Amino acid sequence: MNDIQTNIMEEDNTQEGRFLIFSIDNENYGIEIRYVTEIIGIQTITEVPELPEYVRGIINLRGKIIPVMDVRLRFRKKAMEYNDRTCIIVVEVLGMSVGLIVDSVSEVVTINESDISELPQMKQVSQNHYVKNIGKIGNEMRLLLDCEKLLTDEDIDNLNEIL
Amino acid sequence: MQFGILFLLLSCIVLLDGGNMKDFNTNDAMVDMFLFETYQLLEQLEQVILSSEGNCCYSREDINEVFRIMHTIKGSSAMMMYNGISALAHAIEDLFSYIRKENPEKFFSASLNDLIFDCIDFVKIELEKISNHDKADGNSDELVNRIQSYLSGLKKNGFNMPDENTDKKTANFFKAVIYFEDGCEMENIRAFAIINNLEKIAYELKYYPQDIIDNDGSVETIRRDGFQVFIRTDKTRDEINDCLMQTVFIKGLELTSIDEKAFSDDYNNISDADTSLEAATEEQYFEELDNQEVDRLPSHEKSLYEDGQKHQSKEHLHVLPTQSIISVSVAKLDKLMDLVGEMVIAEAMVLQNPDLEGLELNNFNKAASQLSKLTSEIQDIVMSVRMVPLSATFQRMNRIVRDMCRKLDKEVNLEIVGEETEVDKNIIERITDPLMHLVRNAVDHGIEPADERLAAGKPKFGKITLEAKNVGNDVHIIVRDDGKGLDREKILGKARENNLLPMNEADLTDSEVYKLIMMPGFSTRDNVTEFSGRGVGMDVVAKNIESIGGSISIDSEKGKGTQITLKIPLTLAIIDGMNLQVGKSTFTIPTITIQESFRPKGNGLITDPDGNEMIMVRGQCYPIIRLHKLYNLKTDVTDLTSGIITMVSQDGKTVCIFSDRLLGQQQVVVKSLPEYLKRFKKVNGISGCTLLGDGSISLILDIASLINSK
Repeated sequence: MNDIQTNIMEEDNTQEGRFLIFSIDNENYGIEIRYVTEIIGIQTITEVPELPEYVRGIINLRGKIIPVMDVRLRFRKKAMEYNDRTCIIVVEVLGMSVGLIVDSVSEVVTINESDISELPQMKQVSQNHYVKNIGKIGNEMRLLLDCEKLLTDEDIDNLNEIL
Repeated sequence: MQFGILFLLLSCIVLLDGGNMKDFNTNDAMVDMFLFETYQLLEQLEQVILSSEGNCCYSREDINEVFRIMHTIKGSSAMMMYNGISALAHAIEDLFSYIRKENPEKFFSASLNDLIFDCIDFVKIELEKISNHDKADGNSDELVNRIQSYLSGLKKNGFNMPDENTDKKTANFFKAVIYFEDGCEMENIRAFAIINNLEKIAYELKYYPQDIIDNDGSVETIRRDGFQVFIRTDKTRDEINDCLMQTVFIKGLELTSIDEKAFSDDYNNISDADTSLEAATEEQYFEELDNQEVDRLPSHEKSLYEDGQKHQSKEHLHVLPTQSIISVSVAKLDKLMDLVGEMVIAEAMVLQNPDLEGLELNNFNKAASQLSKLTSEIQDIVMSVRMVPLSATFQRMNRIVRDMCRKLDKEVNLEIVGEETEVDKNIIERITDPLMHLVRNAVDHGIEPADERLAAGKPKFGKITLEAKNVGNDVHIIVRDDGKGLDREKILGKARENNLLPMNEADLTDSEVYKLIMMPGFSTRDNVTEFSGRGVGMDVVAKNIESIGGSISIDSEKGKGTQITLKIPLTLAIIDGMNLQVGKSTFTIPTITIQESFRPKGNGLITDPDGNEMIMVRGQCYPIIRLHKLYNLKTDVTDLTSGIITMVSQDGKTVCIFSDRLLGQQQVVVKSLPEYLKRFKKVNGISGCTLLGDGSISLILDIASLINSK
């Protein structure tokens, strides 16, 4: 397992092990920097009807129209008024550009592979299934997100909608 | 000719697009280039064969062309290790090299054409596989065998030449080598003049170099080796001599009588030596030019240098005929189009900037109007760059009609009108399939067999007309046949059988009845043929045309024929739109669908028990769609009399859309909704979005789906 991971990491070594850290509530999350295109302040969002609640709508990013997703709502936390610390992280995943609305963005850190550990196996995994790994920086923990799952995983939502 | 090249190039760009996107990731430029070239060559080949069919004769140019195309395909596919294709191309090349050698007059064979078309199809399938990154594993052995047996048949039985024997008995064969005076210049043009003169008295002419007009390098060859002409004629030696000596600047003339065999062999020897082709002479030419330089180089460097030169000269050959045209990838054009759209928006942002309000700005306004003029001009040009004539699409129908006629044993002439009409490239891609369906239907269902036609007092040949014309902002594409027409009773009966009848059948107008054939699962054809009858055709056609904002209307007269008209917007990229406001959101309606806008008065508003609202306008009742209700938007304007009603109609149906207020009309650049949103269920009634002058986004309403959901 570790071998495979090293191989993947070696392919793009400049961005290897680097994560963008953002916060929602008091929690700090990290996403791999290679997904991130840019970070912008909150913008006017045009609502598009009949979408899941966490997809807030679309924004105009210099002529390119991209959808924005409120990560708070995606994580089933309470909605919060956007303020001047609110950021949109534009990521490109699987060829799609999507904006992620987060409370604030703090820093870019390098996390050594040895400091990244698997999630503890719990029975009730649905709570953290967007979280891929846990990274340690000193004594602090960062939840490292799985970007692809964040965008593509709808099965759980559908299930919840039915329930 | 210019036009021909242009349209070939463009059609290839269109063709490429599909492959290109898929190959984008692998970035395999070699494969891309191979696909591009081969598609282009196949298209050319198809045209050549079809035109020969029109004339019922392969001209010498046709045969040379086929030979040349196959030679190229053979080479490039062998290089790319696509052995199936290369083996096939090799077989065809052999066949045509034999035909070329024998050079029969008026040779024509429909079965040969069929064979070639089969081969074209085979290669196309292989190319498709390659562009999908599948293995090109088709086996061409069977086709190769067929070609070889055809070739051996030719060799045994000879060609079917009508007057050949009598011709050849009286014919004399001559070989003339003509040298021009030194320094007379333009030897190739002079040679051409000779050929021109000789053509009047000769049955047949072959000459070398062949490409005297196109290739400036031929001048050198003529200077060095003389201009060689092989003549078959009934004139005597003296007459030929006289004719040739009329030419000015002739230094020497060798005129020799030869026999028939020598006539063909000698020529082939030269041209075969030369088949490896003009390149060879070009190379010599370059080498000679550069000899002085090269001599100074050490020998190993010399060979390197020559390689480089060869390469250069080949490229030189490639570039020459298409100098004034370049092919650009569609992705780049799309990008350009996007940018121009941005610019139009940015311009509006500047010119309507709130900071400017209330200022007296005479000079600014002058400059601004200049800018507006320029941007709209740029927009027009960019749009026109993306416009592609329909001819490539129409020409493809020739092939379909031909194939079907042979299989169904019908006789149909296809008439093409207005093929130069241009539409946006994106649209062309999406109408090819529908058009194919319609043409197939016309041949299969429309046109009757010859005996029925004669019995009905019609000409034996059926006629299908494919017509395109510009009508306002639309292009109308009309498929018309003079066949048996649609049968109202039969359609109604079938509809009854399949439970497709919407209402009382006596109330249906003819055109409504005809529209029934576009319902899914409808086919009046009793037995399914290879081409049609499964009832999946017309509804797919209708769906495809609707998806690009077009519409279909059908006219028919029993016994006289059917006419199907596709109305298609010129472009998808920019539309005239009316902007509406609902709460904080903005929506855009294509102006073309708008009938009128008005503020409703209290009377004439009706609510039925289910809560559906309707409005009576001039005695007609129309349903009202409240956008704020439909899309769950917050707005203060909920009273119908304080908002604005916009009446829109499409496909003969009309609804009224209620909004807070109108914001005004403008040209908008249509952008599709982001890919990510398409993962969720389709947003009802929204076809795309656009950017407004202030940078905000407006959603474009899809009127057709709004009407249908009502």
